[in-house]
Amino acid sequence: MDVGGGERGSCGGRIVTRRVAVTGIGAISAFGHTFPDLWNGVSQGRSAIRPMTLVPPGTLRFSSAAEVPDFDPARYFDERDSAFLDRFAQFAAVAAREAVHGSGLEFRQELGERTAIILGTSAGGTTSENEEYRRLYALNQPRLAPLTIPRVMGNAAASRVSLEFGITGPVYTVSTACSSANHAIGQAFWMVRDGHAEAALAGGSEAPFALGFLRAWEALRVVSPDNCRPFSLDRRGLILGEGAGVLVLEPLDRAQARGATVLGEIVGFGMSSDASHITQPSARGAERAMRAALADAHLSHQAIDYINAHGTGTLANDAAETEAIRAVFGAPTGSLPMVSSTKSMHGHALGAAGALEAAVTLGALRHGLVPPTANYTAPDPACDLDVVPNMPRRAAIELALSNSFAFGGLNAVLVFRANSTRSALDKANAG
Amino acid sequence: MNSTPNAPFIARVTKVIADSRKIPQDTVTLDKTFDELKIDSLDGINILFAIEAEFEIDISDDDARKIGSVREAVEGAWTLVAAKEAAAAAES
Repeated sequence: MDVGGGERGSCGGRIVTRRVAVTGIGAISAFGHTFPDLWNGVSQGRSAIRPMTLVPPGTLRFSSAAEVPDFDPARYFDERDSAFLDRFAQFAAVAAREAVHGSGLEFRQELGERTAIILGTSAGGTTSENEEYRRLYALNQPRLAPLTIPRVMGNAAASRVSLEFGITGPVYTVSTACSSANHAIGQAFWMVRDGHAEAALAGGSEAPFALGFLRAWEALRVVSPDNCRPFSLDRRGLILGEGAGVLVLEPLDRAQARGATVLGEIVGFGMSSDASHITQPSARGAERAMRAALADAHLSHQAIDYINAHGTGTLANDAAETEAIRAVFGAPTGSLPMVSSTKSMHGHALGAAGALEAAVTLGALRHGLVPPTANYTAPDPACDLDVVPNMPRRAAIELALSNSFAFGGLNAVLVFRANSTRSALDKANAG
Repeated sequence: MNSTPNAPFIARVTKVIADSRKIPQDTVTLDKTFDELKIDSLDGINILFAIEAEFEIDISDDDARKIGSVREAVEGAWTLVAAKEAAAAAES
């Protein structure tokens, strides 16, 4: 398979197609404030879903959540800065710092101008918005905090990361509900691959624990009253989570030339829209997104070893996703890839979900360890897949998909590859 | 309350369904499934929301999942209203 060094047509002429390496990963999640916290948790099959504390559940129909533990903004931001930043933007900055630090990149003038930042979020600064509107509507205080608009705006996270690192290239936000981060990472991948950027920070962040937002989720009747059990017969819905994930992307040859640790590659991206129903997922839409991602990667479905599923744990998603996977990968169970939903452990972080799952998928490829679908109790004939129930599995895996399918019918799928020179690099880094 | 829903109660539920779905009330009969009335999952959630408001009851997600027809909506609401009245009687 040839995915490097080729040429690709574009509106403005011809542009070089490059292989795209991931050289930094940052993640803040219910497991802790770093990517190793997330990876250690999911690779051991532990769940970080606990009783909700950020909002007292009261009469809410659900009381479990995957909250970022012990998050004190003062640990990461001075007082003046944190006044500008909603929790969702703070998470993005924390994840970006870890990713950039790990990559070893410095964004001096020229590289800064040629670096992109694309971050996803579903609800942006909803906690700040809820708090200010509570003062207005419930407490009858007509004056809102002057920084409400810059805290609430969806692009607050991307703008903060841009400011913090002096990155002055293309910077924007993608908001496609639960697919936000996959759309963001996919576009950043294409920009680096096709020469529109020399590096990119991409991912997503979310902080959904505000009473108004939770009440709205409750009304949709898709949140589980107890736990998240994707693909299980007795699944009762999703569990909301929060956090952020950020990847550093750059051309593989440049990463190798500067001696960076290549954590894996992104090799394909596909998108589709169901155009069928605003909340009911369509297997056809999901199927088309997976096929588009494989085509973008010039890969046959037979090459895929593992799928990090969207796997929300709702009745509708898991059955539709199974149907789509079976349509793409063929009927006989023996040839289907392993599939797991790590949302069973880190929760559904909405606009950050794809970013946390990209980080997890890269961890799986790097370590040859497939994280399980946790909390699995009983097989559902409508979800007839190898869902790696409850126990992590050692397996030499080279290629993996990560699925995101959003309300609104918007689907985004990424294809990742393990770093083929991994063992050589690990030896070099061990010295 | 009796163990089976009476005619006025049935009429209240079918009116809520008809109003919510914007269809004539006489088409909303006990023998109809939501599918037959072209009520999809999201319409169904809206109808349950309206029934909750009409009778001041709380339909759990698990109960909600079992409601896929007019009869199931009527009987589900009836059971919850009966439970609410029994609880109120026990308190007084």
